[in-house]
Amino acid sequence: MNELKEVMITTDEIKTDEYLINMGPQHPSTHGVLRLLVQLEGEIVHNMQPHIGYIHSGIEKMTESLSYPQIGHLTDRMDYLSAHQNNEAVALCVENALQIEVPDRVKYIRTIMSELSRLASHQLWWCVMGMDMGALTTFFYGLRDREDILDIFEETCGARLTVNYSIPGGLMFDIHPNFQRDVKAFIKKFKTKLPEYDRLLSGNVIFTERTKGVGFLSREDAIAYGVTGPTGRASGFSCDLRKHQPYSAYSKVNFNEVLSDVGDTYARYQVRMQEMWESMSIIEQLIDNIPEGDYAVKMKGVVKLPEGEFYQRVETARGEFGVFIVSDGKKNPYRVKFRSPGFSNLFTINHIAKGWKIADLVAIMSTFDLVIPDIDR
Amino acid sequence: MTNEALIATISQIEAEAETRLGAQYVETFIPAARLHSFMTRIKEDVTLAFDYLFCVTGVDYADHLQMVYHLESILHKHVLVVKVKTDGRETPAVDTVSDIWPTAEFHEREAYDLLGIKFNNHPDLRRMFLDDNWGYPLRKDYKDDIHIVSR
Repeated sequence: MNELKEVMITTDEIKTDEYLINMGPQHPSTHGVLRLLVQLEGEIVHNMQPHIGYIHSGIEKMTESLSYPQIGHLTDRMDYLSAHQNNEAVALCVENALQIEVPDRVKYIRTIMSELSRLASHQLWWCVMGMDMGALTTFFYGLRDREDILDIFEETCGARLTVNYSIPGGLMFDIHPNFQRDVKAFIKKFKTKLPEYDRLLSGNVIFTERTKGVGFLSREDAIAYGVTGPTGRASGFSCDLRKHQPYSAYSKVNFNEVLSDVGDTYARYQVRMQEMWESMSIIEQLIDNIPEGDYAVKMKGVVKLPEGEFYQRVETARGEFGVFIVSDGKKNPYRVKFRSPGFSNLFTINHIAKGWKIADLVAIMSTFDLVIPDIDR
Repeated sequence: MTNEALIATISQIEAEAETRLGAQYVETFIPAARLHSFMTRIKEDVTLAFDYLFCVTGVDYADHLQMVYHLESILHKHVLVVKVKTDGRETPAVDTVSDIWPTAEFHEREAYDLLGIKFNNHPDLRRMFLDDNWGYPLRKDYKDDIHIVSR
């Protein structure tokens, strides 16, 4: 009898030591070379330190010896899933500094391409999120539909990922004659596929159990930590620059800024899912109305910015991307700073994940949609 | 708040501030010693309410280094650029603003890593991307004979 009593100890008496484990740099759910030093007690996350810099490529330093048209080509190596928006940010920044007005045709095409990039990025996020949580089927669904967008990119500008399409002064090439037909065919098809995504994952019991009510971020914290994009909007931080500071053709379209005031992992998931519908709506409003005209304005052989400081903010698939150019009037910039959305977003995860289980940390990370080259630059 | 009103309010709050309208935003130069109190003030002040720090940049000008803070008010939608010069380039240091905006903690670590600017009272000032014995690559006098080919 005494022996049995010794075995029946309550869970309160079980003590484990705190220990540190490295998650990454080669961990599938960190989506790249990111190392998280996680301080655990049992399964509970006590603290988490992100260690970055494994693929720091010194892009900001490289820009100082490159000309302005060349800088654009480096930016799609940063956040490769928002390559078009990054190009656009540099192009807009240089155009604003030189006070060049691009034709309406350029603005429309840029907006359509930006939204296609956003769709492709959210598709990849969705399929990888499913995979992080153990649902491999989502990966095939997402990649299947993303393929159509990449085909459109390839036909338009020859590249599938690093598009290099927006350049200061306009676009690299005009759109392909099939562009409008293909985009419309894609939208028509994807409208029937997106409800499939919901049927597959959004209502799945295991998925909702692991995401609803997990990993809260309040609106105040989102603002204080500079968390933007769908992640910030899921906490009720109205930060959509397409709405607040419209650039290109965003002032000509009607769309809703998707907001949620819940702020948990499921809210971040739902905001991105709804954004895909909004992106399709934006493309539909523009695709038949692309004005005739030139696809670029004539730029000087050597682009020199006037002396001064120029800032341009755009909304990428991950949040607010900023280009800050300090010019001293020469053909190379004096200093360029890229404000990347992933950098600010990443450092909130420690704040959110404290007290949750390590499996929840994976789910939280997934809804942050991190792209490591965007953080490291 | 309009740019003119913003300039007037900033001059009222901080007598030593040099405020002007830049290419896009209102820019203000603050002496390094006054930075922390000024930043606290513009965050707390209800008419200014700069609650969103969206960009922190360090710039190397030959004789000094400069920190540039881009601030926005979510409520009032106005933007302010705050600039602060460090004293020389040997031991550049400014006060941290990470206790005012938590996001600054990481942007300041980046500036420390790449430009060697120290932030007084920073809770966790470590190198972010590079090794401890690495130089400060974003400085203009940084030499790297292997990786940087000078033309």
